[in-house]
Amino acid sequence: MTLKRNIQELRKRKIEVQKGGGDKAIEKQVAMGKLTARERILAILDENSFHEYDMFVAHLARDFNMEKKVLHGDGVITGTGTIHGSPVCIYAQDFTVAGGSLGLMHARKITKIMDHALKMRVPLIGINDSGGARIQEGVNSLAGYGEIFFRNTLASGVIPQLSVILGPCAGGAVYSPALTDFVFVVENISKMFITGPSVIKTVLGEEISMEELGGARVHCETAGNAHFYAKNEQECFDQIKKLIELIPRSNTEKAKRVETKEPQKKYNIEEIVPENPRLPYDIKDVIRSITDDSDFFEIMELYAPNIVIGFGRMDGQTCGFVANQPKYLAGVLDCDSSDKAARFIRYCDSFNIPIITLEDMPGYLPGVDQEHMGVIRHGAKILYAYSEATVPKITVIIRKAYGGGYIAMNSRHLRADFVFAWPTAEIAVMGPEGAANIVFRKEIQEASDPEAMRKQKIEEYKEKFANPFVAAAQGYIDEVIEPAETRSMLLHALSVAENKSVSMPRKKHGIPPF
Amino acid sequence: MENIDEKDYGEYPTLSISSGLYKTELTKKFKERKNWVVPNPKKIYAIIPGTILDVYVKSGQSVKKGETLLILEAMKMQNQITMPFDGKIKKVYIQPDEVIKKQHLMIEIA
Repeated sequence: MTLKRNIQELRKRKIEVQKGGGDKAIEKQVAMGKLTARERILAILDENSFHEYDMFVAHLARDFNMEKKVLHGDGVITGTGTIHGSPVCIYAQDFTVAGGSLGLMHARKITKIMDHALKMRVPLIGINDSGGARIQEGVNSLAGYGEIFFRNTLASGVIPQLSVILGPCAGGAVYSPALTDFVFVVENISKMFITGPSVIKTVLGEEISMEELGGARVHCETAGNAHFYAKNEQECFDQIKKLIELIPRSNTEKAKRVETKEPQKKYNIEEIVPENPRLPYDIKDVIRSITDDSDFFEIMELYAPNIVIGFGRMDGQTCGFVANQPKYLAGVLDCDSSDKAARFIRYCDSFNIPIITLEDMPGYLPGVDQEHMGVIRHGAKILYAYSEATVPKITVIIRKAYGGGYIAMNSRHLRADFVFAWPTAEIAVMGPEGAANIVFRKEIQEASDPEAMRKQKIEEYKEKFANPFVAAAQGYIDEVIEPAETRSMLLHALSVAENKSVSMPRKKHGIPPF
Repeated sequence: MENIDEKDYGEYPTLSISSGLYKTELTKKFKERKNWVVPNPKKIYAIIPGTILDVYVKSGQSVKKGETLLILEAMKMQNQITMPFDGKIKKVYIQPDEVIKKQHLMIEIA
């Protein structure tokens, strides 16, 4: 009979812990438009797949009357489960328990599940909803953060790490998401900042709302700290599930291959790109005209839209796309777009995802602000990331490939495996207007009608150099292809590159221009 | 330079890159970027927002390079703002206890 009683006691205890911070606190959470930590985990994972660990962990704080307080699960729920049948480790901070504040045992639960994820080589998903450090636990709370950051860094490039910001994530706490691969935010719910609006007001006299300072939109559009923007939590969970489906479980595997599908008929590659290289179009339509089922999962859609990054499948295999976007800022490279692309290239390289680069850009964005923000250092990140990447690297030059940007966008010189160019490609040291002004300066100056001469010389230059054949003659381009051949050439290249193997000089690690 | 007159793109702004003109949408960040202004060494601006604790100079006063002009407290630090070169104070724009923002003009040198 004691066994039965013990089981009853266990069930009673479980029910008690599952109440989190109690009805009142849960009511508050709901009033803020938020789901509870447990609801979130269950919504992300496959049905009945969640297994919770460390449910009965209790805090050890003895100061400030803390010994009298019971904090269920110490304010965080941890465990494992599956997404589309694939295992993941997950934790969710429970704002209803002491504001989800991070104390020693709370941190220990998180680091335990992180160690588990790293050892088992499965993705880690962290849901952040916390008021910050638990002040009553003093320096132990800081130690907890440090232990988390250290593990984020160790796991970086080994297992995918996703951070989901579903509440406040302020002060030191922000550095865990910053160290992870993908950050998800939700409008009106996510709040991320180092120093909050009240401190900024008292110390600096600047007034700003929480949403304007560190809301979802700001992090996606302005700061570039977050990768996925959602209107509500459900949309955010769908993004997480889709991402997990597209990426491999760890750096020792490839993404799961699915059945191939032809692109949809409505994306006709021959009708998307205007012949005039000065006119814009949406590069995403070109990507969709190439990928399986015209599916493209974009990352950082709102940040630096002059470059587009994301995943699409080719013959059932996940590929990373990096593409200049002529629709915004003519598709130029600048500080932000360089950061965005470089990090993504490194992600793909870490996780065995081939990179397809679509190139149509007039060069770097001119401007004092760009130079003073360090466009040299930022731009170098793209060069570094492409040069260092050893996954299959394929480039398609659609129209403009001018100057330094041509080199940066996965050129042959940075060891692209395949470089294809459309007949509309212009591979040249600079655009025809700028080049003609320099090369024919004397003729233009001395002409009786300089403007007419300038036009004539620009045409001359265009005729001679604004085409793919000068570069093709040097072997810098493998093949000039018709636009309609793009998908079949890419599929061919990917299949040839499937067992690609290159060796790099042995080193501890490089020194990228961070 | 080439004429861009294709009707479909009429509403797009034009961006010039290396003498080439491109029809393209501009980003919010690009539109809000600050224009470069030549710095004027005779105008002393606050490099950090904070509170003026003390002001040691008056307009018309001659001050040697390196002498302290004022104390600006910011981030719990008392920052001594010093004279950049020998000169005469033209105008003092701040007073003790005043809370100022970054880039606030504090002192002008004649």
